[in-house]
Amino acid sequence: MNRVVVTGLGVCAAPGKNAADFALGLTSNVSSIGPLTEIRTEGLTTLIAGQVKNFDPAAYFESNQLALLDRCAQFALVAAREAIAQSGLEFRNSGLGARTAAILGSGAGGQSTQDDNYYRVYGQHAKRLHPFTIPRLMINAPCSHITMEHGITGTSFVIASACSSANHAIGTAFQMVRAGIVDAAVTGGTEAVLTFGTIRGWEALRVMAPDTCRPFSVDRRGMVLGEGAAIMVLETRDAAMKRGAEILAEIVGFGATSDAGDIVNPAVEGCSGAIAACLKDAGLNPTDVDYVNAHGTGTAANDVTETKAIHKVFGDHAMKLAVSSTKSIHGHALGAAGAVELAATIQGMRGGFIPPTLNFTTADPQCDLDYVPNEARAKRIDVAISNSFAFGGHNAVVAVRRA
Amino acid sequence: MTDIAGDIIEVVAKQAKADPAAVTRETKLADLNLESLDTIEMIFALEEKFDIEIPYNANDAGSAGINFTTVGDVIDAVSKFMAEQKGKPA
Repeated sequence: MNRVVVTGLGVCAAPGKNAADFALGLTSNVSSIGPLTEIRTEGLTTLIAGQVKNFDPAAYFESNQLALLDRCAQFALVAAREAIAQSGLEFRNSGLGARTAAILGSGAGGQSTQDDNYYRVYGQHAKRLHPFTIPRLMINAPCSHITMEHGITGTSFVIASACSSANHAIGTAFQMVRAGIVDAAVTGGTEAVLTFGTIRGWEALRVMAPDTCRPFSVDRRGMVLGEGAAIMVLETRDAAMKRGAEILAEIVGFGATSDAGDIVNPAVEGCSGAIAACLKDAGLNPTDVDYVNAHGTGTAANDVTETKAIHKVFGDHAMKLAVSSTKSIHGHALGAAGAVELAATIQGMRGGFIPPTLNFTTADPQCDLDYVPNEARAKRIDVAISNSFAFGGHNAVVAVRRA
Repeated sequence: MTDIAGDIIEVVAKQAKADPAAVTRETKLADLNLESLDTIEMIFALEEKFDIEIPYNANDAGSAGINFTTVGDVIDAVSKFMAEQKGKPA
């Protein structure tokens, strides 16, 4: 079995449109959640989000390429370029492309393309739609564009498990590199769901916070949508060391379970089972773990269930863990959440800090862990896990170790 | 009031798959085995039936003065929102 390391990291999310700015955003103690400005809001009651602001696609793409790219594909490509450049790997014409997988997570695919075109066809009774409507909105498109731009010809696909999509993608890529099925993988997640129709759908579920995202606080009022992408390049530790690449972190384990219960409410058994499976896969004891990047959506259901699950797995060590939800910083990026949050974890590991849970007021009596409230904490992280617990009962947890 | 109360009881009973005749103002929603998604779907059905907005947040069920413990609470809340939003007495 190969040891698997991360040698490239790219981010395009609300706190920053590259990995360095993103890390600054994690330590600024200021949330990137703010007034929804990138779309029309007339008729919406949800007026906040974690948006990728001032994102000018023309700065990144030629017009002929851009015509094929939904916003979610744009984010994915921007993050992939950064990650692949940092890794120093060349896939095209090197032979490596055929030995490389591209596996992305996305919950919903090209939502702005779908929303715009449905509006045209149903709202405006347009007689015709743009011929690229389908290639733009298909959920696999961001992954395809990464393979096309970088000459990756090994297996490629997108995993959709709602808010666990990216963790499933990263976990699957990790398993493939570990097993020697591929030599490298480009993986992560992307999401861009801040459209009028999608937000109306979320509002109808009655789980959106009107004020902000304050995970684990007694007065939390729900989730806040985010958007963005985070992409990582994985390869074997041996290969990375042989070529003298900088190792950003080591992926050491992956665990996943299904609640087989409620379609929206999480279950302690499923969440704790995924954490325990991840630790077992990594060969870690609970006491080895320093930091948990929580799923921490800020909903009534998630935060109590997740706290119970952490207690169940970690026992006495639970109170010694630092646990934070960076969704309070960047919003809930749904199918990209696991990737954005693993990026936050790795940046904390590399920078010697634990990203905080912002907007924290008073702890929910049922949420009694150290949530790193409101201020990033200077502390060395050696081992961390990142949780994703999705609608549909898909639970996926990734473990990382300091390089 | 009586007609609207009857209509609301019908919506609640339908959601709970219960006999409307067995549902009264005093009936507790918990006793109708309405789970979280059922409650959200019921609120949607009430909004559709009466063309009103019920500002219910599942994370903060007590917000906007909504406290759905009994069927009577639902009737009172719907009546209040109808009066506020449609400007006519319920």
